[in-house]
Amino acid sequence: MIVEFGHYAFVLAFVLALAQCAVGFLAWRTEGRAVRFVQNAAILQFLLVGLAFAALAQAFMVSDFSVKLVYEHSHSLQPMLYKFTSVWGNHEGSMMLFVLILVLFGALVAVFGRGLPPSLHTLVLACQGVLVAAFSGFTLFTSNPFWRLNPAPFEGSELNPVLQDIGLAVHPPLLYLGYVGFSICFAFAVAALISGRIDAAWARWVRPWTLASWSFLTLGIAMGSYWAYYELGWGGWWFWDPVENASFMPWLAGTALLHSAIVMEKRNALKIWTIFLAIITFSLSLLGTFLVRSGVLTSVHSFASDPTRGIVILAMLAVLIGAAFTLFALRAGALRAGGLFAPVSREGALVLNNLFLSTAAAAVLVGTLYPLVLEALTGARITVGAPFFDLTFGALMVPLLLLIPFGPLLAWKRGDLAGVTQRLLFAIIATLVLAVLVFAFLGFPVSMAPIGLAIGIWVMVGSLVEIWERAAFRKAGLAQGWRRLKGLPRTVYSTAFAHFGVGMTVIGIVCATAYQTEIVTAMQPGQTMQLAGYAVTYDSEHNLEGPNYVAERGTFTIGAPWGGERPLTSERRVYPASGTPTTEAGINTYGLSQVYVQFGERFGENARVVRLWHKPLVLLIWLGPVVMALAGFYSLLDRRIRVGAPQPARRREEEAQAAQ
Amino acid sequence: MKRLVLALSLILAFAAPSLAVQPDEVLDDPALEQRARDISGDLRCLVCQNQSIDDSDAELARDLRLLVRERLVAGDSDQQVFDYIVARYGEFVLLRPVFQAHTIVLWIAAPVVLLIGAGALVFAVRRRRDDSGGGGLTPEERAALEQLSKD
Repeated sequence: MIVEFGHYAFVLAFVLALAQCAVGFLAWRTEGRAVRFVQNAAILQFLLVGLAFAALAQAFMVSDFSVKLVYEHSHSLQPMLYKFTSVWGNHEGSMMLFVLILVLFGALVAVFGRGLPPSLHTLVLACQGVLVAAFSGFTLFTSNPFWRLNPAPFEGSELNPVLQDIGLAVHPPLLYLGYVGFSICFAFAVAALISGRIDAAWARWVRPWTLASWSFLTLGIAMGSYWAYYELGWGGWWFWDPVENASFMPWLAGTALLHSAIVMEKRNALKIWTIFLAIITFSLSLLGTFLVRSGVLTSVHSFASDPTRGIVILAMLAVLIGAAFTLFALRAGALRAGGLFAPVSREGALVLNNLFLSTAAAAVLVGTLYPLVLEALTGARITVGAPFFDLTFGALMVPLLLLIPFGPLLAWKRGDLAGVTQRLLFAIIATLVLAVLVFAFLGFPVSMAPIGLAIGIWVMVGSLVEIWERAAFRKAGLAQGWRRLKGLPRTVYSTAFAHFGVGMTVIGIVCATAYQTEIVTAMQPGQTMQLAGYAVTYDSEHNLEGPNYVAERGTFTIGAPWGGERPLTSERRVYPASGTPTTEAGINTYGLSQVYVQFGERFGENARVVRLWHKPLVLLIWLGPVVMALAGFYSLLDRRIRVGAPQPARRREEEAQAAQ
Repeated sequence: MKRLVLALSLILAFAAPSLAVQPDEVLDDPALEQRARDISGDLRCLVCQNQSIDDSDAELARDLRLLVRERLVAGDSDQQVFDYIVARYGEFVLLRPVFQAHTIVLWIAAPVVLLIGAGALVFAVRRRRDDSGGGGLTPEERAALEQLSKD
């Protein structure tokens, strides 16, 4: 009964979304009841979809196998957390999550957007209504999660064991918050094109949504990467898998959007380009959805891929993106270029940032789609794998990374490159000294690694120069400098730390790749191997039984180079309900480095094949994005008043007068 | 219960995945082994999803790894090994696509996009500079320009 109630609520939300976009587009010039209806519809949809989602989650948590989806993707023995995450560990349920987050953002715009000009507010909600109608309609008609089975089976199948992990609770919701958040930027762009009002204020209104979505997407991608690293069991953390690329392309475009929106907000320039990026970013998110769900690509993510669904998604994609770009083509010409600036200026630096980021997004797009297109056209089958992406993407990132410290130091309108270089002199020297120290300590490998390391250090040191300068400790003294630091706008900190995070990631990637130690060997119980100074001892193995799996567990003792021993366990599991084997890597963390142990097959009488890695500074790969995302959220706090609810100047003046 | 555990561990023994590179595959000559690892990293496991044979647990990947090592021991150069594998398994096996007529668009796409973008920027800057020579400026633009030169 609860499930039917949820189904009904979902249908209602779909119909309401249709009404919302119809009323919104018809009445956006008016004020009054129609506008209020659109706002209330957006909020009501969130409540309805929330109810529907709760009903579905309830069916999963009580293991109601009369619901087909629960039967197919859950099992009564699964721990409660995995029963809950099973809700979105499948195609239908993940569409529910997608729609839930879509309506959540819609409701947020409805509530916090009351300070927007009414016509823009209504138009944004109308566009959001189109998206909600499209995706909830898609879910209802092609991927309905509420169907029942009669008679109800006694026991369910099982959630894919690879997905039975805390990662499923973290990665998809964060990723969807990012993907879907960009739908708001898309809606704002379309609304701006329709109303013809595109100015600095627009950029200011869109900025918090861009920042929030970008921060969530950053976290989502990083968490997915860490999950793959420890779960798939061979220590890789990025595979340039088409599905990873599908999330990475919107990230690249979104990062470009974040930067170009700054130019638009501060200088009223790059308007056409910013609108274009807002449309492109969400289009790439949709393209990702299509690639993952259509069965065009195979990957660990493509659960339940179905060609008919693929065609429906492709049609939706064509209509939504096609309409947006048609509108863009019709209206963009009417936009007047804004503020002027010299090539060497903050604006110029941000334009360069956009050039490299969008070229990188294009490179990833071409690399991902090329094999599909080539096979369709000529029948030739080729693979575009990690070596290709490492090369093209890496080559594009090097100049971008080198330029990062310059950007925030250049003045708006017209910058002084020589002056900025001089101000960065200290950072340049510090980078060289640090790099030399590192190489003296770690050794100088015969590869590109030293350059990569130096670039990482450069980005980290260079990012902090602005804060250091603004504090002016030397001139003003410690106490005064400290006061200055506290008085700095939050955006200065968020810029510096986001860039600092980029540097952290670069160093993590270079160290974990170039300085890692790997040993593949067979070990007898009691035997010890030396791994980059760590003594890895294989103690014993035994069988054990988990709630819904059986495992062979190897127990190891890891002696650190500086003394002290810590145990480590690594497992091979089989989930009998589906017969799926998985590996649980054993990982010990030492500072930012990790020892990673994979427990393999029996080898001879009682030996075991083991694969051991020492991955120096590997945690920086994911801590970098965490720092970037936190920096993004921090700058959102700065705009507490402005987050989606900028008050028109007129009202603020009135309030000021009233206060007097 | 014990019998169940026993039965299950039997399943485990048969169904559990084998590791990627096995100790018995490793060549004695470290230089040769390193070359084998590098080559393996650029070859795709045909039955997996976007995994190199170096990382893959699959039986077929193991066969390919052994084949690579066999060829290297026989004295092939890296390129000869790639050619040998491609002749048998097709171009699909290469993670790094070849640079030929049918992949030229793939390889030059990024540089071309970058060049076009850079060209457009240079063009925009030039045009703006020409405009500032005087002709065809709207009053707002002139005002903006004055503002710019004042700052």
